[in-house]
Amino acid sequence: MPRFILRRAYFATLTILLVSIVVYGVFSLLPFDPAALTCGQKCTPAIVEANRVKLGFDKPLWEQYWLFLSGIFLGRTYGAGSAEFTCPAPSFGYSFNENTCVTDMLKEALPVTINLAIGAFVIWMVVGVGLGLIAAKFRGRYPDTLSSVFVLLGTSLPTFVTGLFFLIYVTIKWKIVPLSLSGYVSVFDDPVRYFQYFILPWLTLAILYAAFYTRFTRATVLETLGEDYIRTARAKGLSEKTVLLKHTMRAALAPITTSASLDIAGLIGGAIITESIFNLAGLGRMTLQSVYEFDLSVVVATTILAATVVISMNLIVDIAYGYLDPRVRVK
Amino acid sequence: MALAKKLGVATKAGEITSRSPRQIAWMRFKRNKVGMVAAWVSIIILMLSLFAPLVCKVLGINPDELNLDLIDSSGIPTLPNGGISLEHPLGLTPGIGRDLLANLLYGSRISFTVAILTTSMTLFIGLIVGIVGGYFRGRIDDYLGRFTDFLLAFPAFFMIVALSDPMVARIQDIGLAQGNSARIVFLIFFLSFFGWPGFSRLVRSQVLSLRERDFVTAAQAMGASRRRIIFKELMPNLWAPVIVVVSLSLPGYLAAEAVFSFLGIGIQAPATTWGILLDNSRRFVTVYPNFFLIVAGSLVLVVLAFNLVGDALRDALDPRSER
Repeated sequence: MPRFILRRAYFATLTILLVSIVVYGVFSLLPFDPAALTCGQKCTPAIVEANRVKLGFDKPLWEQYWLFLSGIFLGRTYGAGSAEFTCPAPSFGYSFNENTCVTDMLKEALPVTINLAIGAFVIWMVVGVGLGLIAAKFRGRYPDTLSSVFVLLGTSLPTFVTGLFFLIYVTIKWKIVPLSLSGYVSVFDDPVRYFQYFILPWLTLAILYAAFYTRFTRATVLETLGEDYIRTARAKGLSEKTVLLKHTMRAALAPITTSASLDIAGLIGGAIITESIFNLAGLGRMTLQSVYEFDLSVVVATTILAATVVISMNLIVDIAYGYLDPRVRVK
Repeated sequence: MALAKKLGVATKAGEITSRSPRQIAWMRFKRNKVGMVAAWVSIIILMLSLFAPLVCKVLGINPDELNLDLIDSSGIPTLPNGGISLEHPLGLTPGIGRDLLANLLYGSRISFTVAILTTSMTLFIGLIVGIVGGYFRGRIDDYLGRFTDFLLAFPAFFMIVALSDPMVARIQDIGLAQGNSARIVFLIFFLSFFGWPGFSRLVRSQVLSLRERDFVTAAQAMGASRRRIIFKELMPNLWAPVIVVVSLSLPGYLAAEAVFSFLGIGIQAPATTWGILLDNSRRFVTVYPNFFLIVAGSLVLVVLAFNLVGDALRDALDPRSER
């Protein structure tokens, strides 16, 4: 098992490195002069050149990438002499639009997105797997019919339509959940406000996937219930609860886990939509804003970060899978 | 017998006819009432979109005409229900008073173009990569598999958002397309770029099992060329997953186009797409909720119809499914 984990971790690190090279390369090869974007209205060629040297855009591409990469671990110092300033490790670059180190911006945005993603993930898994299990257990009867209506609606509602509906009706018109203007609060400081802030974004992000997972779980559970060992378990006189929750669920969880690991990438994309609808100050909205403003150092940082999250989650799921299904460990 | 006649198979009395898998699937599909209704709805919507200029002419509506006399100073239609009347069946868009139905119809053309072209590109690349990997296996398959996994690790949506403005500028720079066309090219290219890996995985797994089947071995034993095996033996057996993927990814890309326009990085006004209409609707929603409901409802209706067709096709084409 440790060898399995090590090998997976090695490949994951390699992939992250490769992704960062590709992302950095793509954004550096774009037809822009990054230095020209750094100065505003009162721009002179001298300022552009000074900024170019200050931010290291005068160096060859591979060296720029190396500075970027080493900055993540060692921090990075820009400029020289009296104008010198340092972004301490981990440094993801410097944003000229905001005049801060990108890391400081990330520090503010990241908790919002993480809270959003985790909450949505929990809701989608609990609702999806739970409903799927119920639908399979009461196959063909009315809980099954109800859940299939949910699946149908859920898979046909694009995230932003659900989000707008929640925002417009639940918050503005019906005033069920108050409009939260105060911004992000930690769950430990004010749990009520925290839930008011996140509940609709969570639901928005979770519904589509919850519907997919209901259908998926139902199908997998029904398939597993047809296996011989389930008949054996029943013949042994085990209770229906044990058969369903222990024997069936364990086998059914493996494919569900795999597909969950792939869908986390979608969750991060969905965060952009959700954050922009509900105006949450998270990573997605920050990226969108930076795209509008051509603040490329921020975009590079968030994209690499998002890829890292996806790959790490895949790694964790892979390892979890190893525990769930011993066969994948041998290889 | 009656069945054979229905299917247009010429038979003599008493002769036992065989049915091809295609005929069986078609029969099963026809028996699924929900699927049939959804199929008709989808076809009608596609036709309406394709013949939008004609439909608008028949109904006497014009997408570009500004009905300034029918909206008040704040841009809200003066007539009740958002100006729904005989002349304007779905009312007017707030702000500038364009006919909503005409805008929905014309807007759907861009949305459908993006969805259809993206789906075709995804299929094309996915089929080639999947067949090459699955059929030749070995080292090629290894490399292709790595690359596919690598692409799947990307946060695709994130990348498309991040790349949009710079890439559109690049497309305009090299003179491939200008303005909104450049944005359409960008969307189609990148949606397919991140879309094919999933499909190629599916094709590959199908090909891997197909190539071990007896009829392929038989073809090989007869000395059939690789090309013949791929095009005549493998391809015809892949159409079931292909059809299902098409019917399920069309609505997906339709919604994707809408969401990118909605976020302001896809197609831009004054062109109309459903995403732009939805974006406008949210500004007027407190005073004019009908607008949002009609546009969102249309989008959901289309996605729902296509999804139902996809489900029905999957049931019909899967030999193991019941019914």
